[in-house]
Amino acid sequence: MSENKNATLLENGLRLDGRDLHELRPISMKTGVLDRADGSCYLKWGNNKILCAVYGPRELHPKHLAQPDRAIVRVEYRLATFSVNERKSPAPRRREYELSKIITESLNHILFLEKFPNGTIDVFITVLDADGGTRCAALTAASLGLADAGIPMKGLVTGCAVGKVEDKIVVDLSDVEDKDGQGDMPVAMVYNTGEITLLQCDGKFTAEEITEGLKLAKEAIGKIYQMQRRALLAKYSQIAESYDEDEEEE
Amino acid sequence: MRILVSKNQLVIPGEILAQGSGIKVGGGVFRAKKNNETEIYASMIGLAQVRKNRIGVVPLEGCYIPLEGDIVIGKITRVGITSWTVDIRGPYVGTLRVNNVVDRDFDSMNDDINRILTVGDIIKAQITFFDRTRDPVLSLQGRGLHKIINGRLIEVDPVKIPRIIGKKGSMIQLLKNMTNAQIIVGQNGRIVISAQELLIENLIELAIRKIESEAHTSGLTDRIRDYLEEEKRLLLE
Repeated sequence: MSENKNATLLENGLRLDGRDLHELRPISMKTGVLDRADGSCYLKWGNNKILCAVYGPRELHPKHLAQPDRAIVRVEYRLATFSVNERKSPAPRRREYELSKIITESLNHILFLEKFPNGTIDVFITVLDADGGTRCAALTAASLGLADAGIPMKGLVTGCAVGKVEDKIVVDLSDVEDKDGQGDMPVAMVYNTGEITLLQCDGKFTAEEITEGLKLAKEAIGKIYQMQRRALLAKYSQIAESYDEDEEEE
Repeated sequence: MRILVSKNQLVIPGEILAQGSGIKVGGGVFRAKKNNETEIYASMIGLAQVRKNRIGVVPLEGCYIPLEGDIVIGKITRVGITSWTVDIRGPYVGTLRVNNVVDRDFDSMNDDINRILTVGDIIKAQITFFDRTRDPVLSLQGRGLHKIINGRLIEVDPVKIPRIIGKKGSMIQLLKNMTNAQIIVGQNGRIVISAQELLIENLIELAIRKIESEAHTSGLTDRIRDYLEEEKRLLLE
């Protein structure tokens, strides 16, 4: 992140893409998009496009990784070669290893891994188009994929970044704001319980700004959680209605 | 004790179902303590099941989790000295020991285990032991358990198996009676169909696919009966 204070990121109180300070980019999600995977999710978050596939719980190979008391989660976060402005080498870089690791840790917290000893749950996240905030978007997509695969979990984990642009706290940073802004703080939480499963911070924030950022992040996460919920239920709402009729017939 | 959801309500993981003590729990839920009060949450996407003081979730998605006593259709994937490894379509592979297959003594020096069962063989077996610390143990000793030598093997979603069997086996009985075919249903989502004619097998497979895709609709058994009657009439013409 460069400290480019000269860049104009706010005009007349609005951001470069015309958003209000606390406004989210348009988000859409769909589950069950991949036939071969046990669970899958396609998520569009502004210009971000993310595809997530979940396999498992399944047998773990190589066997020496197996934990006798629980399953392990393996996350592979990858940027597609065409997802960024300049072609990215397909080999995973430092950033991709980091994101895979933090997403794994976040998901470890919500899954009932002890139900599947010696097994594995594999999550593959491919970022087809990247425009800032992919770690939160990827985590949001991964938790939908896991729910779609029918893996028992404590709740959905939802992510959203907050940051500082021209001394103001803004919600859901775009790529430009992330790079030229003053700070970036991705937050992910289990909305129902309020537990934070991911919190990173880059840049300079005062204690008050952190508090305000967390409050704003929680509000934004609440909105995204409702979208996640709708996306999951969209596939089944029809089923529920007809099951009701079924019961009445008995 | 307060139950916060209605019967057959769609729930997602992390959704609160009930509060207070004295609630029995079924599958697909978990308990958590909040402010000294027990709360019950859904852990899977599914339909809430409320029965008196019992609450559970019938999952709409999920893999096959072995249960002791389940009849499964497995495929031999590896042959050992005195045992076989069997793919049962779940997170775990099954183990089938030779003494659970043959009655007489088996002498691994003189007898060839491949003559009993070999890689690729399909078996109808029962899970005799499973406790998650070890892989499920299968047995071929029991009524109706055997190697399957003919028929058509199809795979369906394991969570839809109860619907294919129907209430007290009504659906599967209907399919069998109307087609005079042999249908073996494994709890792990595999079905073997064997009929006199190829066309009948095709018909049963289509009917099963129909059940699978319409598993959520009401009056399915009647609709399948009509469907089979119609298709059979067309076949005879």
